[in-house]
Amino acid sequence: MTTAPMELFAGTPRNARDHRVEWLVRTLLGMMTALLIVPVVIVLALLVVRGGSAISWEFLTTPPVDGMTAGGILPALVGTVWLVAVALVASVPVGVAAAVYLSEYAPDNWLTRSINLAIINLAGVPSIVHALFGVGAFVLFFRFGTSILAASLTLAVMTLPVVIVSTRESLQAVPRAFREACWNMGATRWQTIRRIVLPNAVSGILTGIILEVSRTSGETAPIMFTGAAFFLPFLPQGVLDQTMAMSLHLFVIATQVPDAPDALPFGVALVLISMVLAMNALSIGFRIYVRGRKKW
Amino acid sequence: MVAGIAPNGAEASADAPPKVVVQNLTIRYGSHVALHGLDLSVRRNEILGIIGPAGSGKTSFLRALNRMDEFIPEMEVEGRITFDGRDIRRVRNVYALRSRIGVVFPLPVGLPLTVYENVALAPRLRGVRKGSELDEIVERCLRRAALWEEVKDRLDSLGSLLSGGQQQRLTIARALSQEPDLLLLDEFSIAVDPVTTMRIEDVLKELKHEMSIVLVTNLVQQARRLADRTAFFLTGEHVETSDTARIFSGIVKDPRTHDYIEGRFG
Repeated sequence: MTTAPMELFAGTPRNARDHRVEWLVRTLLGMMTALLIVPVVIVLALLVVRGGSAISWEFLTTPPVDGMTAGGILPALVGTVWLVAVALVASVPVGVAAAVYLSEYAPDNWLTRSINLAIINLAGVPSIVHALFGVGAFVLFFRFGTSILAASLTLAVMTLPVVIVSTRESLQAVPRAFREACWNMGATRWQTIRRIVLPNAVSGILTGIILEVSRTSGETAPIMFTGAAFFLPFLPQGVLDQTMAMSLHLFVIATQVPDAPDALPFGVALVLISMVLAMNALSIGFRIYVRGRKKW
Repeated sequence: MVAGIAPNGAEASADAPPKVVVQNLTIRYGSHVALHGLDLSVRRNEILGIIGPAGSGKTSFLRALNRMDEFIPEMEVEGRITFDGRDIRRVRNVYALRSRIGVVFPLPVGLPLTVYENVALAPRLRGVRKGSELDEIVERCLRRAALWEEVKDRLDSLGSLLSGGQQQRLTIARALSQEPDLLLLDEFSIAVDPVTTMRIEDVLKELKHEMSIVLVTNLVQQARRLADRTAFFLTGEHVETSDTARIFSGIVKDPRTHDYIEGRFG
């Protein structure tokens, strides 16, 4: 309502308040982000400082000795690779196939929606419940005994929803217009999937699988009743053997072996977290690569 | 049925049975009626222009011809459409039907493939494997879409890196690579500059010797330049269809057609 000639772009009291709020919000959000990084940094630093001295070539290549108070972690390391590999072989084909069906074929009706809901809920089932399911289904009913096979299948069931959801998201990220253009040319659903959808979703699918690996390798509960052993000095020879695993080994030496040197659990944890972080780095690398060659 | 179509003096072969016959076509999206009780035919080797303001049902009509309602939620089609005398609802092999119909939409959809692969896709889908044959098809289609000279040195770069107008011509080349007998164009020139539009229009005049073309356009003058017959749609109603020359010389059955052409509404 002021009639006096004002200087162009002169600030009003309202502007000043807006600026203060802007500064406040920005600072607050930034601090929350910083807070997010702090625990990660502390954990990593602690592990390196206290466990770094335990790491050596021998540590990675020899089995534990002297009641697991000395020696290395080779059987656990190899065992984890076995468990993750077998779990992947079981879950990836099923998960990707299911995701392709749900994303590309399934009609949008109540059945599909209930299946999607079930998958999301399955992802929320606690891992100890999966462990009990694994004991009932794979160890006892299918008579696989406590073995890599039973443990890996339990892990596979547990991570299946993650694979399905991440794959479906990668598929959905391919614009629908591409599909319609293809269908309009007389392409079948499968031709469209094979030539247009999958080639553009495959990197995202791989990223999801790598994240699954990193998650699987750290799981403890699902394997401790189904196939992971307390102590085994030998490497597994097949999927029906029991095996040691990194995650359970860490639990064991941290809680069940009071004589273990201080650096040992930290060293095991450092190796385990390095495996996971390496996998995550690989997945981030993939993402950057994908973004670089995005085709639309 | 043949005798039912009187020759209208246009160069389209009005004596032959029509390519497409549409009877009592009604299209709904949920409770919204997009097109109501349409009777229309597309003759062999003609360009049928369809004009009308936004929301008049032009695009829905094109969609129905290609049975796109199967993947557009809510779209419902009633009535009968025959293609070469066959009821398209009863065509079991919808893929074969669609492969004979080329579709070009207002905004170009460059598939996430190279320029070459965009045009080679349809031939590959129908089983062409030989490299030399594909090369030949790609070059011919790109030339016809007035794009060859601009992209011949970058066939291996992504189609989406082309300019908007080039992408639209790529879409046209892709439609032609299907070797269609019916070409549906929905306001193809929206994203194309005027010079290129004219070049494509010249191409269309050539193409109609090999196929039937349905040209939906917002540009009344484009229909005047290209179409043998022009249909006027208004809010889902088919007002009239007549020889383009007649309509544009003011000989209309319905005064609304005249008003639209003169730019009095729409």
